[in-house]
Amino acid sequence: MSEETFTVSVWRGDDEVGRYQDYEVPRMESQTVLDVITYIQRRLDPNLSYRFACRVGVCGSCAMTVNGKPRWTCRTHVSKVIEDGRLEVAPLRNLKVIKDLSVDMTDFFDKWAKAEGRFVGGSTRHDDFAKVSPDDKRRQEASAGIECIGCGVCYATCDVVAWNTEYLGPAALNRAWTLINDERDTGRLSRLKAVSGTGGCQACHSQQGCVERCPKHLNPTASIAGLKRATAMAALKGELK
Amino acid sequence: MIEETAVPSNPQTEARLWLAQRVSAMVLALCIVVHLATIIMAVQGGLSAAEIVGRVGGSEVWLVFYGVFVLAITVHAPIGLRAILNEMTKLSMGRINLLCFLAAVMLGYLGLKVAIRFYMLGGA
Repeated sequence: MSEETFTVSVWRGDDEVGRYQDYEVPRMESQTVLDVITYIQRRLDPNLSYRFACRVGVCGSCAMTVNGKPRWTCRTHVSKVIEDGRLEVAPLRNLKVIKDLSVDMTDFFDKWAKAEGRFVGGSTRHDDFAKVSPDDKRRQEASAGIECIGCGVCYATCDVVAWNTEYLGPAALNRAWTLINDERDTGRLSRLKAVSGTGGCQACHSQQGCVERCPKHLNPTASIAGLKRATAMAALKGELK
Repeated sequence: MIEETAVPSNPQTEARLWLAQRVSAMVLALCIVVHLATIIMAVQGGLSAAEIVGRVGGSEVWLVFYGVFVLAITVHAPIGLRAILNEMTKLSMGRINLLCFLAAVMLGYLGLKVAIRFYMLGGA
C-alpha cells in the first residue's frame, strides 16, 4: 500500500527574489506544520532555512505564514489548516526575510525597547517584597497580557504595521501596558511618552487581527485601548510634555 | 532598522489629538442621528429649498445645532485624514500637518458659512 502524501508549497528565497517550491510530504497522524517543515529540511531539502527551538509553544520562534495566516507552527496541526489537500508555508509578513522561512526579528524587538518594555524597579534588596493582591484591578490587567511569547504573529497580522513603519505594533504595546499596570514599576510616565505618537498606541485601528491570531489568546487591542486612555488622561494633565 | 521620522511626533499633542477625535466622534454620533432623522422626516412631503429655509432659516436652535455639527467635523475629519495620509502616502509629517490644517480651515469656513447663510435666509 502506498503512503498517503500531500503537497506543501514552501517559500524559497528572500524579500527580493524567491518562489514557492512544492514538496510531497507523507501525511501522518497528529502532524504539526513544524513537523512538515522539519521533514522537508531533513529528508528532502537540507538547504531549507527555518527557525524553531522548543517545539512545544513556549519559545515563540517558529511562527510562519500558513495558508495565508500567521501561526505558531509547532502547535498548529496540519489537519486544522490544510485546504484542498495543500499547505502553503511562507515567512512572516511585515519583517525582512533573511532566507526562506527565517525572518529578521530586529525591528520587532527594537520596538519593544522603543516602547520601554523593560521593568524599571524602584526598590532595593533591603526593601520588603511588594504585596500585590491577585484581586487588584491593575494586577488583573497586567496578568491578562503577561503570557506573550514574542512570536511576532500579531505583528505579522497587523495592517497598521504594514502601512506605518513607525508603528510599535501589538506585542510591544501590550508589553508596555502590562508594565504600566505593574505597581512596582517606576517608569510609568516615561513609558507613556514612549507609546504616545504617530507610531504609538493612537495609531491602532482596533481591527483586532492581533486578537484573532494570537496563539496565546491574548487581547493586545484591549491593552492598546488601555494605553490610549492612560495617555489621554496623562496628556490632559500635561504630563506627557 | 526602524526609520526615524523627519518631524518627531509629540506624545502630548498626539494623545490630545486622539482625545479630541474621540470626543468629537461622540458629538458627531448625536448630530448625525438628529440630522438623518430630520432628513427622513423632511423628505416625506418632497424636498424643496423653500422647505429647508422654512425650517432652519431664522432658527437659533438650528444655527447652534449645525454650528456644533460643523465644529465637530472640523475637529474630527482632519485628524482622521492625517492618520490616513501618514499610512497611505510618503508625505512628510510636516506636509501632512499643513494639509490637514488647511482641510480643517476649509471645512470650518465652508460649513459655518452655509449654517449662517441658512439662518440669515429665514426669519425676514
